Amino acid sequence: MPASLCAVPDTTSAAHTPGRQHSIHEVEARIKSHDWVNGQYRLMVLAAPKAVLDCRPGQFFHLLCPQTDRFQPYFRRPMSIYSYDLEKGELAFLYKVAGAGTRAMAELEAGDTLNIVGPIGQGFDIRQEWQRPLLLARGVGLATLAPLARECASLGRSLTAICSARSPELLMSTELFRHYGAQVITVTDAEGSSGVESLTGLIEGLIESRGIDAFFTCGSARLTRMLQDIGSRHGIGGQVALEQHMACGIGMCHACVRPFRRADGAINLRVCRDGPVFDLQEAM
Amino acid sequence: MADLSTRVGALTLKNPIMPASGTFSEELADVFDLDCLGAHVTKTITRERRSGNPVPRVCELNGAMLNSIGIPSKGAGWFVNNTIPFYADYDAPLVISISANTADDFARFAAEVSVPGVAAIEVNISCPNIEDHGKAFAMRPGSTEDVIRKIRSATDLPVWAKLSPNTGEVVEVAQACETAGADALVTANTMLAMAIDSRSGEIRLGNLMGGLSGPALKPITLRMTYQCAKAVAIPVIGCGGISRIDDVIEYLMAGARAVQVGTATFISPNTMPRLVGELEAALAARGLASVEALIGTARLSGQTTTLAEYA
Repeated sequence: MPASLCAVPDTTSAAHTPGRQHSIHEVEARIKSHDWVNGQYRLMVLAAPKAVLDCRPGQFFHLLCPQTDRFQPYFRRPMSIYSYDLEKGELAFLYKVAGAGTRAMAELEAGDTLNIVGPIGQGFDIRQEWQRPLLLARGVGLATLAPLARECASLGRSLTAICSARSPELLMSTELFRHYGAQVITVTDAEGSSGVESLTGLIEGLIESRGIDAFFTCGSARLTRMLQDIGSRHGIGGQVALEQHMACGIGMCHACVRPFRRADGAINLRVCRDGPVFDLQEAM
Repeated sequence: MADLSTRVGALTLKNPIMPASGTFSEELADVFDLDCLGAHVTKTITRERRSGNPVPRVCELNGAMLNSIGIPSKGAGWFVNNTIPFYADYDAPLVISISANTADDFARFAAEVSVPGVAAIEVNISCPNIEDHGKAFAMRPGSTEDVIRKIRSATDLPVWAKLSPNTGEVVEVAQACETAGADALVTANTMLAMAIDSRSGEIRLGNLMGGLSGPALKPITLRMTYQCAKAVAIPVIGCGGISRIDDVIEYLMAGARAVQVGTATFISPNTMPRLVGELEAALAARGLASVEALIGTARLSGQTTTLAEYA
């Protein structure tokens, strides 16, 4: 990051008052099921207390992955919410088994418990003027955008979803997106349909044919830049959910900062507290 | 019910559990009622605005973390107008942590933040990131005495000196603080350290080096706490690697009058309220009526651990 970034955010809320409701909870949740959905991703469904199920699409939980014989993750791991259901008392995470945290987590079985902290962060804001949004998800971003698709459906928005993955078998949630009434288009590296050039043509066609008026994305810096370009050419706004290595997860340590464009220059914002959802054009 | 209160100089705390600077801010009020703590200690601020260090700013190790956050700061004005008023509704005393690049700047800044609502000033003379190659005031007794003396003459508030484990002269630095008029010592800040990824060959912090904290640091800072409590008459506050109630007990036994909990809050945000609850039970289990009765009680063992216990 350039050293010239001399500003820090002014977005920290100073409006907290003692005695108010605590919005972030640390609880032990029992695992109801934990299954592979393909060769890389697992779906964990937790029985969760009502207190933690007052979630917004785009928010995340901070998970205390277990210490195992092979893996000893020390920090918690941030994990975006795949689904939350207050009625059924369920919370689910769809995650890629990648590093020490998720590998340790993958060893948990139904009946085990997992210590979770959340819900955390600023979720998606589906503005009134955004009636015909396009969701563009790549890889694990598919999980992050799933609750947003449900929310769009409940608000009666006309939804289009482009799901991108390396190969067809790694595409996830396409049926779920269809269930929410989305027109789903799948693109993959294997089929040569996921490149920026072909996607740009595809999306500009959709703007024409379906009147797309907002972009929501997660999972790819390359696709975020592409949507910024298309958005500025067509005057279409949107939001992006971002990731960053975290330590505290609730805004105290300032480890997870990223730079964002503002009118008076770049500023650092905390992904955990000020995000993880940000204005599409401000992301750098 | 045991008396959990403790005195740190002129301040009486309702219990000895408080946060370590840098691991606590207003956001934790989203998790629990901050008034359950003995005191509040804010993240170190500087007079001027600072953006902090390049990412990655943290990395995890086995039972420890490294950080090189670099003290991002919104500056003195923002702090006085926003952060200090936030804590006004709480009963717990507010301790503010400050840093500066020179002794004169430290003194000027200490005077500027000596405002109503502030109960004490913790001076971060030990942060290993803020100066080149990790050098800091608290490395040597001479520079420590100079900066503390200037701060002392600039404020009427209690001055707590946060010491560094990166010195070979722990006792001399502690005594320099006392001589110069510090009201308490905090032992200690993080220890300068480094991590390299053996597979990629990459240094794991954007700032090359950073401060080690977490359970792995505890034996070192516990030793410093013991040394300082023996060497000075002013109160010592233990800090370093506390995550379990036994850690709290050990620091009190080493001579600390209170403790600061840091990295453990990142692993479990409810660590501090949990420790307050467990302290009550720990005192009862020992048949002690107060925290006071535990302070400085560590002694040499008459006999070594039996083989059966060790096994």
